[in-house]
Amino acid sequence: MIRIGGFLVGIGFTVVVLFSFIMGAYNFATEDKVGAPEYEFYKKPKDVAFAQDGAFGKWDLAQLQRGYQVYKEVCAACHGLQYVAFRDLAQLGYNEDEVKALAAEWINVPDIDPDTGEAIVRPGVPTDNFPSPYPNNVAAAAANNNAIPPDLSLMTKARGDGTAYVYSLLTGYGPIPEELTAKYPEFDTPDGLHFNEYFPNLNIAMAPPITTKDQVTYADGTEATISQMSQDVSAFLAWTAEPKMVERKQTGWVVMLFLLFATILAYFSKQQIWSAAKPKKTK
Amino acid sequence: MSFPWARQYEPTNGFMKFLDERLPLPRLVYNAVGAGYPVPRNLSYMWNFGVLAGFFLVAQIVTGVVLAMHYAANAEVAFGTVEHIMRDVNWGWLMRYAHANGASFFFIVVYIHIFRGFFYSSYKAPREMIWLLGVVIFLLMMATAFMGYVLPWGQMSFWGAKVITGLFGAIPLVGEPLQVWLLGGFAPDNAALNRFFSLHFLLPFVIAGVVILHIWALHIPGSSNPTGVEVKKESDTLPFHPYYTAKDGFGLGVILLFFAFMVFFLPNTLGHPDNYIEANPLATPAHIVPEWYFYPFYAILRAFTFDFILSAKLWGVLAMFAAILVWFFLPWLDRSPVRSGHYRPLFRKFFWFGLIPCMVVLFICGGAPAEEPFVMISQIATAYYFLHFLVILPIVSSIEKPEPLPYSITEAVLGEDEDATLGATAAAKA
Repeated sequence: MIRIGGFLVGIGFTVVVLFSFIMGAYNFATEDKVGAPEYEFYKKPKDVAFAQDGAFGKWDLAQLQRGYQVYKEVCAACHGLQYVAFRDLAQLGYNEDEVKALAAEWINVPDIDPDTGEAIVRPGVPTDNFPSPYPNNVAAAAANNNAIPPDLSLMTKARGDGTAYVYSLLTGYGPIPEELTAKYPEFDTPDGLHFNEYFPNLNIAMAPPITTKDQVTYADGTEATISQMSQDVSAFLAWTAEPKMVERKQTGWVVMLFLLFATILAYFSKQQIWSAAKPKKTK
Repeated sequence: MSFPWARQYEPTNGFMKFLDERLPLPRLVYNAVGAGYPVPRNLSYMWNFGVLAGFFLVAQIVTGVVLAMHYAANAEVAFGTVEHIMRDVNWGWLMRYAHANGASFFFIVVYIHIFRGFFYSSYKAPREMIWLLGVVIFLLMMATAFMGYVLPWGQMSFWGAKVITGLFGAIPLVGEPLQVWLLGGFAPDNAALNRFFSLHFLLPFVIAGVVILHIWALHIPGSSNPTGVEVKKESDTLPFHPYYTAKDGFGLGVILLFFAFMVFFLPNTLGHPDNYIEANPLATPAHIVPEWYFYPFYAILRAFTFDFILSAKLWGVLAMFAAILVWFFLPWLDRSPVRSGHYRPLFRKFFWFGLIPCMVVLFICGGAPAEEPFVMISQIATAYYFLHFLVILPIVSSIEKPEPLPYSITEAVLGEDEDATLGATAAAKA
């Protein structure tokens, strides 16, 4: 009975799914193929190397400090870092006093006046998280042509190949390529959007943020090219996304070496134990 | 229970004797995974995966309990508490990555365990109960993993929850009210997140309970083995301890090396980047996909694209559940008296060149966007999946001529068995 029932159920599902297949194949064969510029002209992130990449990678602290500077002077106008606290900046190589001074530069940390209970803003202290540039999402949308600038704390983990993606996006603005216009004459970048072939939609709401050489004057004297600034801020955002990344990899090596040792021991003890059960000729 | 030559537990000191007479826990362990459990002597490394699955269940419970101490199941703060675990909790990043990748490894070892069962027909008499309980464990694991993926309240959490609970909406008449009742609202929100957390905490202990039944049922006939020939005598077996504890210990070391590599060097590779974006009911991700271990079943769900008497969506839901429920009937669908695929030439071909490629194709299509040619490929694979279990397997098991089996496990391992020779001589004389 079970086998007859199973046979009927099996044939049933097969017939129904093959019906879908035939209908789908017919539509696929007869439909006009409509290409999509977003599909054809979207580019994978550029190949760019960072000090923290790879199993032995370590943060380049000077680069992270430069990246912090780019974030503060350029990105922070529109983008928050809500999951990062000022105290975390100590990991970039700043000492306690420097962290206090850096936190105090952010003068718009929202708080409650302890005497009157009114909402106020005050300079940051190390225990605060980075303040959001907008009081709420409505204000953020209103100020940005209805596109809310995303928080950047996790940006490099929230996109495939995220660090390279951020770098490519920052350096990927430009005119619409001629091949695209030739193939899709109706493709256009509406007002308020900007063409960027590293953005999945090709048109991004963010205006090019890093546009000129020496837009940021680096404290350490590094030459501030567009590529350099983009790379530095990408590295900084890789850190904000996962401050424990280097610690994680270094712990990983210790764990892997221990496990390798333990596994080799386990292998030989298994061999030793099983030698007692080796096939013996009984004659 | 167990074979007559199984060693008996003997307390070695006064305390153990005292304990054994009042609460024989040491005796239980001795008979379950100690020297008192005789196991076929020819088990391959494919027989490691049950113990490994048990290990990952325990690891998931331990890391999960720690994570629950720092997590808050509230839609307002859930995403933030996960970041709190990642940034501020001591070793929190390790706990979370171990838990997230631990789920993947739990599924990897369980899939190998299940497919080991397919190849060696471990579901056949007298082991049907072990198999049925195993399928129950797998279903519970799927529910637990799905709800666990919702907890970080990222984009894939939210939209995955919406799609999967939406499946219940396909049931005629009661579908929509049922969906609202399950979610506690019209869309996933606080009510859904809270109950998912509650159930995600509860179900692993239910799994642990069913695992105990699974192992209990296993100890009645004892383990199957690569020849599929049942244990006949003492020389066919070895005590579980020290032989298989040592072998499982080595296997555990190997899988932990892979596990540590993923946790420490590629912790987000098996996840989806979109889950690092906080849930937003107003922004639908471009491609909603479940966790990788659901891809084959997700492909079956999406393979039904045209209404055929019933709605295509309902067909997809029925087929997806049927794809797993069919495993319950395997012991009665496969009637070949021979268990092991090693001695079943036709069955073996359909396993390696039918079922395995079919699962790989379904896996790839399940993770791919729902567009051609993936949909058409997944439809062919879905058809094969049902034909394999419900049509091919019963027919093959009736018509195929199995290859000659060894007389006993002893003969398979040692090359000859005196009893077999004696039996043959006796038969020749008669």
